Amino acid sequence: MPGGKERELRRRIASVQSTKKITRAMELIAATRVVKAMQRADAARPYARRITSVIENLAASGAEVDHPLLREVDGVKRVGFIVMAGDRGLAGAYNTNPIRAAERQLMAHQSEGKEYCLFAVGKKAQAYYKFRNYRVDYSYMGFTDNPAYEDARRIADDVAKAFSEGEVDQVELIFTEFISMGTQRVSVRRFLPLENTRVMAEVGGGSAAAIASFEFEPSPEAVLESLLPRYVEARLYGALLDCAASEHSNRQRAMKSATDNAEELITKLSREMNAARQAAITTEIMEIVGGAEALGADVPADDLTAAFASMAPVDSHSLSKT
Amino acid sequence: MFDIEVVSPEAVSYSGVAEMLIARTVEGGDIAFQAGHVPFIGTLAVWSVEVIKPDGKRDVFAVHRGFVQVHGNQVTILSDVSEAAKDVDVPRAQKALENASAALAADSADPEAAAAKARAELRLRVSAVH
Repeated sequence: MPGGKERELRRRIASVQSTKKITRAMELIAATRVVKAMQRADAARPYARRITSVIENLAASGAEVDHPLLREVDGVKRVGFIVMAGDRGLAGAYNTNPIRAAERQLMAHQSEGKEYCLFAVGKKAQAYYKFRNYRVDYSYMGFTDNPAYEDARRIADDVAKAFSEGEVDQVELIFTEFISMGTQRVSVRRFLPLENTRVMAEVGGGSAAAIASFEFEPSPEAVLESLLPRYVEARLYGALLDCAASEHSNRQRAMKSATDNAEELITKLSREMNAARQAAITTEIMEIVGGAEALGADVPADDLTAAFASMAPVDSHSLSKT
Repeated sequence: MFDIEVVSPEAVSYSGVAEMLIARTVEGGDIAFQAGHVPFIGTLAVWSVEVIKPDGKRDVFAVHRGFVQVHGNQVTILSDVSEAAKDVDVPRAQKALENASAALAADSADPEAAAAKARAELRLRVSAVH
């Protein structure tokens, strides 16, 4: 039946249009969230900086402790991986990038005969590894788009415990670093054991403050000992906030291109639909003309003219419409 | 006069100018800072931090865990669990105190209950000062 294709195309256009509405809304939501996430990451920076500066000062005073978090192991048997991905999809390659990077690391360590221990952050990370039959020892979910310090502390507690008890001898952190709105990069870093305080101080940029001679209470060693767990938490929290900002900006980009694609598809489908409609009209005219001609064999010429005359308004109408 | 900042992991939660700051370190001693104090780093006890402003008014915080760093004319309190006196939820603190006391009555060696009790007491004390 003519017009059937047109109707089907019309339905598809309507469906693409409603998809476009959804992706557009998600794009706008992600755009506001990314700004908020960036502000939170900025607000969290002073704490991390201050903690580093305290460690700098401690290092300058020569404080060295035998803290479990600094324990360097020679023959590493089991490596921990903290993989940070999101809870939700529709964010482009945001979830797959760190997950794949971690999997590569994991395989490399495995080929060296080391065991692994997975700390999966985000539903997607957990689902990926579970589906591929990796053993996920710790998983955390439900907060990746808006992490609280409490969440960082929960992860840090587990990681620090596993490390101090010798369950793992080394911990790698894999997360998406937020560099700018347009650039996010997967980063793989050694998380534990911590570099010793001297290295931390150097990485921190060794400011002039480090030269001043500080008084410590109770003692440099005791301060450092209670400070290191906080430092671990602050670093994890910073990584979580970076991840949240990256997730939202990735989602915004993914949804923008989805909206653009939907628009393109609508244009293409509308053209197809117009062509189909025109084809249907042309076929109809041809049928009428053909029918009239077939009748023309035994119909007097005046009747044929009359038949054409009665058809004319219909023709001109449908032609002007196309 | 010197600058004071209370920094939590989420944000700089308080900043201002102070005449004097009174805190307590884990060794159990109160310590007060005024402008020109020797550079100092200390671990804070579960106790209050009092900021005395140039106009004589006080701002009080309950600090459950943290550090204080004094350097030059800048005092920084680093704390992942702290609250200003006016933010203390008194009924909740009272309830926490009751619960902790009950737990402590059942098992006087429970370190968690003892810590919870200390925190609740601190909250109530701080909010009373305010």
